[in-house]
Amino acid sequence: MTVIDIESRMAEPVDDEPRAIDPGLSREDKIFHGSVRSIGFFVLIVFGSIGVFLGYQSIPTFSHYGFSFLTETQWNPELDQVGIAAVIVGTFQVALVAIVVSLPLALLTALYISEYAPQRLKSSLVSLVDLMAAIPSIVYGAWGFAFLQEHAKYVARWLSQYLGWIPFFSVDTDPNAALWAQTQFTASAFIAGLAVAMMTIPMACAVMRGVFAQAPVGEREAAVALGATRWGVIRSVVLPFGRGGIIGGSMLGLGRALGETIAVLLIISPAYDIKWSVVEVGTQTTSSLIAGLFGEATSFQLSALLTAGFVLFIITLVVNMIAAVFVGRSRSGSITEA
Amino acid sequence: MTVTLERSVRQDPPADGPDPVDTPRTVGGRTRDDVFSLAGSAAGSLALTWLVFTIILGWTGRLGFVIVWFIVFAALYAAVTSWTNPRIAVVDRLASALVTAGAATVGIALASTVIFTVVNGIDALTHINFYTDDMAGVAPRDPLTQGGILHAIVGSFIMVGIATVVSLPLGVGTAIYITEVGSRGGKWVRTVVEAMIGLPDILAGLFVYVTLILALGTQRSGFAAGMALAIMMTPIIARSAEVQLRVVPGGLREAGLALGATRWRTVKGIVVPTAKAGLATALILGIARAVGETAPVLITSGASTFLNFNPLSEPMNSLPLFILFALRSGQPVYIERGFGAAVVLLGIVLALFVMARMLAKNRMSR
Repeated sequence: MTVIDIESRMAEPVDDEPRAIDPGLSREDKIFHGSVRSIGFFVLIVFGSIGVFLGYQSIPTFSHYGFSFLTETQWNPELDQVGIAAVIVGTFQVALVAIVVSLPLALLTALYISEYAPQRLKSSLVSLVDLMAAIPSIVYGAWGFAFLQEHAKYVARWLSQYLGWIPFFSVDTDPNAALWAQTQFTASAFIAGLAVAMMTIPMACAVMRGVFAQAPVGEREAAVALGATRWGVIRSVVLPFGRGGIIGGSMLGLGRALGETIAVLLIISPAYDIKWSVVEVGTQTTSSLIAGLFGEATSFQLSALLTAGFVLFIITLVVNMIAAVFVGRSRSGSITEA
Repeated sequence: MTVTLERSVRQDPPADGPDPVDTPRTVGGRTRDDVFSLAGSAAGSLALTWLVFTIILGWTGRLGFVIVWFIVFAALYAAVTSWTNPRIAVVDRLASALVTAGAATVGIALASTVIFTVVNGIDALTHINFYTDDMAGVAPRDPLTQGGILHAIVGSFIMVGIATVVSLPLGVGTAIYITEVGSRGGKWVRTVVEAMIGLPDILAGLFVYVTLILALGTQRSGFAAGMALAIMMTPIIARSAEVQLRVVPGGLREAGLALGATRWRTVKGIVVPTAKAGLATALILGIARAVGETAPVLITSGASTFLNFNPLSEPMNSLPLFILFALRSGQPVYIERGFGAAVVLLGIVLALFVMARMLAKNRMSR
């Protein structure tokens, strides 16, 4: 028989202990948090280690060549002449051609989809741009290599005929000759840049369109009510509102263009000298250098390639971070308050 | 009980007058002036461009012709419009011509990519053996009736399968960590994931090549390529899964917790099922990206000509790599095979893409 002696328990005062409002995690949740956190940190470590690893691998190269690795143009491991100056210039030339071509096209396409396209076509056009982004780069490379090059060399020749006094378009041959040297105008940074532009257009366009679609309806209607034409609405509301998206989208495209490998590898013929001209045959980019040479590289040459990769990594990281700042800012809508 | 409050609001038209038929005025649309000035400028500029570009200046090249045609068209269109319209209308018309032309250029470029690939690959695609044979013992000059790309298709599926098995739990787990557990560590993880999305694809391959193949001494294999693809896919899946999890309404989570469920049960029973379609879309788009990646595969898998089901030994070919080597071979027949493989690759990407769209659409309508 158990009788609880209430009287005696009441008699002695018990200290009131406040119960914790947050009882802490149950065992189940501790396991859950622990496992998810370890996945998160695993990913953090693996991906963080890529950067650290590339940096670590490039120490022997930098200690051997020193600063001349960044200023030497030739890639001649046999002569112990290795540097990435020409390769970096080529990387930026291809990327700049891609951006110069894709920025206006992406902007116009984004404007068309958000402002001009018939309402019922809009969602299909958005899907089409997404699909364009999903097409593998090797397909664009094949297109650029086998189709675009045939047509673009005439444009390259025209550029050097009439704008040859600009160093970007000068070619060391006579473009006016009846039998003009067609091969001098192929396999260039210009044509590779055009193919890469096909990949950067959908990326930049998707970002820009997303930002344009968020332009405040009230301000659009105000512009229309004041008698603005469609272009007037775009100029006074959509473009100022979407400025961050335009810059951010272009920077994202630039990041992609700097790292693109296969399309460039297919189109260009490698050449290791710094030159202004983008329409003349021959150039080299960092990623296509790695793709072309890693196979027969000795361990020391591999270290040099990894160093080139490290430089590329740093460049794309900076470009992408700038892009993220602009895209994030325009999405949070802070520009409307300004 | 219902009370009828209906009252005849409508007033009958007077019996003697004709019944006025209300025809709604169309808002927008084109006036006759719009149509004629557009068509006239297009025709006039075509003729003028042909005359000047081809006959007088003697320039060549179709691309250049179209560019010059558009410039002449814009000038003519502006001139025609300015006869009857104020400056604002001229600018508006020029702007819409420019915007439409820009969008059309992108559309034509996209269409020409697809059409060119299909036209060049169609010969290879019509042979059954193209899908059922590998290239073992087939010389580059051999006709299309011999050899096929079965080994590349199988290789692609195995590699992407390995990459998916690795990157799906990592990606979704990371996304759950960022959104459901959070704290300061989550921000760090998120920053790194965002930065890694822009990682040049070749560097993922290089990383796996040096760590897995050179340092650990394994061969180039389908497994190594799968790992390189997983490095590409994990950040993509993590980022889009994070977006999908973040849009799950907080009220649902709180309801689960208020009913006494643990956090794990809330995530398992409420958050993930709510975002399921979105997570599937994220996965499919990640797969579509990985199946077309060439650079990491080029470095890690090695190209073979024979069918290989074992990802751990012997090199394994894949569709993008097959296309690359075929295009660089310089043999017309082999190049045709490459384009055929490109069409197959495009078909796979398209199928995955349509699948993702349908999943997303179902979610919208639910």
